[in-house]
Amino acid sequence: MSDVILSVNKLITEFSTDEGRVRAVDDVSFSIKEGETLGIVGESGCGKSVTALSIMRLLPQPIGQIMGGEILLEGQNLVELPLEQMRKIRGARIGMVFQEPMTALNPVHTIGRQLTEVILLHKNFSKDKALREGIEMLDKVGIPAPDIRMTEYPHQLSGGMRQRVVIAMALACQPKLLIADEPTTALDVTIQAQILELIKDLQKQMGMSVVLITHDLGVIAETSSSVVVMYAGKVAERGSVCDVFDRPSHPYTKDLLESIPRLDTPPKSKLTIIPGMVPGLLDMPKGCRFENRCPYRKDSCLVAPPDPETIAEGHEVACYEWQELKRNTVPGGDSANFKLSAVA
Amino acid sequence: MSVSPLQAKSIEPILSVRDLKMHFPVKEGIFMRTGKFNKAVDGINFDIMPGETLGLVGESGCGKSTLGRCIARLYQPTAGQISFEGTDIAKLGRKDMMPFRRDIQMIFQDPMESLNSRHTVGQILEEPFQVHKIGDKAYRKKRVVELLDLVGLPARSVTRYPFEFSGGQRQRIGIARSIALNPKLIICDEPVSALDVSIQSQILNLLIDLQKEFNLSYLFIAHDLAVVKHISDRIAIMYLGKIVESGEGESIYRTARHPYTQSLISAIPVPDPHHVATRQILVGDVPSPINPPSGCTFHTRCPKVMDVCKELVPVLNGEDQPVSCHLFEQPK
Repeated sequence: MSDVILSVNKLITEFSTDEGRVRAVDDVSFSIKEGETLGIVGESGCGKSVTALSIMRLLPQPIGQIMGGEILLEGQNLVELPLEQMRKIRGARIGMVFQEPMTALNPVHTIGRQLTEVILLHKNFSKDKALREGIEMLDKVGIPAPDIRMTEYPHQLSGGMRQRVVIAMALACQPKLLIADEPTTALDVTIQAQILELIKDLQKQMGMSVVLITHDLGVIAETSSSVVVMYAGKVAERGSVCDVFDRPSHPYTKDLLESIPRLDTPPKSKLTIIPGMVPGLLDMPKGCRFENRCPYRKDSCLVAPPDPETIAEGHEVACYEWQELKRNTVPGGDSANFKLSAVA
Repeated sequence: MSVSPLQAKSIEPILSVRDLKMHFPVKEGIFMRTGKFNKAVDGINFDIMPGETLGLVGESGCGKSTLGRCIARLYQPTAGQISFEGTDIAKLGRKDMMPFRRDIQMIFQDPMESLNSRHTVGQILEEPFQVHKIGDKAYRKKRVVELLDLVGLPARSVTRYPFEFSGGQRQRIGIARSIALNPKLIICDEPVSALDVSIQSQILNLLIDLQKEFNLSYLFIAHDLAVVKHISDRIAIMYLGKIVESGEGESIYRTARHPYTQSLISAIPVPDPHHVATRQILVGDVPSPINPPSGCTFHTRCPKVMDVCKELVPVLNGEDQPVSCHLFEQPK
């Protein structure tokens, strides 16, 4: 398994709040290979961003803490690393892109200063060389007239351009791994298409791995080769994108896929809904966390959370009733399911 | 409360917008002189039939929200007509507008900002009745409970405050408020974009149910074409203050004619890993509406740009699926 870049094993992250300790990430495991794109998908509060922050060791201090598990970056456990050494990894070996490019950039410094800062921090370059490197990076991410842009401030750029700058910063030191947390959520679809294409191109050129965190199943289907579906801090299902999208085996994944309006569904048809809402982190059910919204709930689901079970090569599901769900699923992919639920 | 099918099929549009313009003055320089205008909405025409949903799609800054606010008369439009059931409401004053405000309601994107956080849900839902002086206290209380039931919230919500609810539930409160006075037209401005996918489908189903029950007309504004297509009978695509193409949802999706519509559709990520994207990626950003490009405003990003596009402004023409593009200009 030498080609695994990052492997997260049984990660547990907790926050201490006024009302008590909450477990935002509970027993999360996944791994990502060299050159691969892994998507983490889930709704707000499912712990996908906290997972990313845990990997970067950027949890809000002192309230956020990794309570267990390991994060192995090319075999090195990041959880135990002193902060001093962690700082050398961030930006150099792992790059990160956040959702809101305006908050990720410092409004009072020029693009050039922020971009060369990363390079100067991690590489033993002269200022001149760093500047040239920065211009080259901006050119790489498709910013026209990069030498002029270097002297400008973030507010002078559009949202899409800002996100390109953030990507340039994240990739300035050729990291092996890029973590992109909702990189296109704040952008319009036509700009989103540009940015996703750019990430794909750069990934090919530089041979890096990408962890893409998003709530948009469409973005996952188009960019990732494998996917982790998270729900209320736990992994509900993970596997290759084809396995999970063609044969969703967790009731949550299945309903989620069916609840999105698609361009090819008949207008005003009834969408599948997932009744109720995600339980609060403070009053998590004792058993399966999806229990209160699940159509397949049995009494046994209320006792203890299900462990992930391998149901096919590389396809894991944390559900006691996955076989029951499989029996109820009409063969022929999820378009057939959709029609059934539209009638019901 | 529901309208007879015969009435629903009447051919008179409930709303008819003609050449609507909303130009915001841009103040510049030390004397704050108005030199330029932000042409957020620049000559819009459309009709909405009773019981129909018109979807309005476009990217941020295309003027879709401004258009919605003009129709709800939260803005005073610069020029043009807004005929609501035959009356032009575009220039009505505050007092004359009052009766129309009962018929035209609005649902906003962020229910946390559009609901008064210091009022209980009961107070929020009673307010429309107070403003329009409808019914006595007992009647209002009864209606509030009815409204909560209609949107799927328990009656005990009356004494609770907006912050005690989740995003989806708050949006239900916003919807309850908008239907309180039995309106005929509701302007939905990005009502589901702030919600999670599983909650989004709940709200979309609710809006569709309410429309059927009360024969409501919707102007549904959103940036997500898949959502808009799902809920709308007809769709209009906006770019820089103008409608570039409109038509039935299905035909827009299957046979988009305007290069912008085509790129917009191709840019939407499809949640199917076997889908082969034949993507037409647009270059550059949306230009500023303060200084829009000459001729066709889309020519700076258009993959099929011709010489004529840079000089002549195209007009929206065509019967079923009008499009404003020189590629489809009929010879005169």
